Amino acid sequence: MNAKTADKVATVVICLFAGIIVLVLLGLLGFILFRGLSHISWDFLTSAPETIKAGGGIGPQLFNSLFLLVLTMLITIPLGLGAGIYMSQYAKPGKVTNSIRLVVEVLSSFPSIVVGLFGLLVFVNIMGIGFSLFSGALALTVFNLPLMVRITEQAMAGVPREQKEASLALGLSRWKTITSVMLPIAMPAIITGTILAAGRVFGEAAALLFTAGMSSPRLDFTDWNPLSPFSPLNPFRPAETLAVHIWKINSEGLAPDAGEIAAGASAVLVLTVLLFNFGARWFGRFMHRKFTATR
Amino acid sequence: MATTGMKVKDLSVFYGEKEAVKKVSLSFSPKQVTALIGPSGCGKSTFLRSLNRMNDTIGGVKTTGEIWIDDVNVNDPSVDVVELRQQIGMVWQRPNPFHKSIYENIAFGPRYHGIKNKKKLDEIVEDSLRRAALWNETKDRLHNSALALSGGQQQRLCIARSIAVKPKVILMDEPASALDPVSTSKIEELIAELKKEYCIVIVTHNMQQAARVSDRTAFFYMGKLIETDDTDKMFTNPSEKETDDYISGRFG
Repeated sequence: MNAKTADKVATVVICLFAGIIVLVLLGLLGFILFRGLSHISWDFLTSAPETIKAGGGIGPQLFNSLFLLVLTMLITIPLGLGAGIYMSQYAKPGKVTNSIRLVVEVLSSFPSIVVGLFGLLVFVNIMGIGFSLFSGALALTVFNLPLMVRITEQAMAGVPREQKEASLALGLSRWKTITSVMLPIAMPAIITGTILAAGRVFGEAAALLFTAGMSSPRLDFTDWNPLSPFSPLNPFRPAETLAVHIWKINSEGLAPDAGEIAAGASAVLVLTVLLFNFGARWFGRFMHRKFTATR
Repeated sequence: MATTGMKVKDLSVFYGEKEAVKKVSLSFSPKQVTALIGPSGCGKSTFLRSLNRMNDTIGGVKTTGEIWIDDVNVNDPSVDVVELRQQIGMVWQRPNPFHKSIYENIAFGPRYHGIKNKKKLDEIVEDSLRRAALWNETKDRLHNSALALSGGQQQRLCIARSIAVKPKVILMDEPASALDPVSTSKIEELIAELKKEYCIVIVTHNMQQAARVSDRTAFFYMGKLIETDDTDKMFTNPSEKETDDYISGRFG
């Protein structure tokens, strides 16, 4: 086989694989949307679920998912940014840094159910926080932090060295160089990565089963005092998220329309994650233009 | 104004075990351009980068010897590197403007060093751009991105940026090697203009360029300083055989 034929064969094979991936993705997406879209309505998105009657909604679950996401990100972003900047700019190459990096890698490949059990043991029981949004957020932080650290580290490492040197050569401190020269360049990549990580959090179920819990109290959406046990904003109440709800309703749902509800909820979940992805790209580009004064 | 030169004594730079610069002693006079020439890998860029301790930012580099600017030894561990670097400007091979507007590229340094007054900053920006022969081309679009400029303009912007913090010495690492001939000659004119006020050290691969822009030339080979002399003498009647071979193109 000469080089030209080999090239053609390789091209065809690669295109074929790419095509298969796209087909699988489109098929999956199409299936979920086809089954679920017809069930989505304003009422479905806002009303509370029913246990045995038909016609329940996913309002509290949707709210819980979004609220949990915000809580998780509030903890993850500062920690991840700090650790990532440290790893890329301050840590001296050597055994300690390498082992930290190894730990981060291992942590990022942890099965989420194990993270959930860890959360149950440490946050829920030992620390005594109980089944709550806060426990869930902490568990998701464990799950998400490695990704966040790596995103930040890679984004910072991707900044051209000359940019950093140019700033240092002007007599700027390392901190000022990081915040004013490097972070603006790294920001689009960090934001895109963060939003993608957020999508992962949004769809996570296993890590939440034993931490945020599988039930919600009867939420009173007129009570916005974060300390009241029935307030949606109380971070120390148990909360069933959308992904957990899908799992539960599919495995032990009693409502006659459980199948449709699961399908509708799945479609909502997938659409939201898609929204995150497109939002991430758009926002990343927007921030890049804003930070770099490119017009 | 800047009447300061630099004096280097027994400078060695190690990358791990490898000695990239070997016991080099050399001085740079104020208001003069000194060209560092030599084949690739001869240590001239490493030498240049050690003058403002830029090699510190790469791990595993060790420097010994003394570098004097005024009466400060650059290599003294107690020296405030941040303060030191303000006195020594640097220009790189590839133009590396910040991803900011033209105005911000210049104002960034001075503002950090304490000049907050908008009018004062405007003056510095205009003055620096004029000195870098870039004012007429950019005065109408100061707030546009610096990345929209051409390569040659970007390089002149980088020079303007470095003189905006009022350095005493300017280090240039092959400042024109990534540019076209027209931009190159503009940079060379600029260097001739700047040397009236600054001590300039320039690394170049281009023999003609060294002959055109510099007053003194230093020839590096295998990490050692082989010879240094007035540029005219170096290019017509060098003392060392290696210099002669290199300049006349027999190797390198």
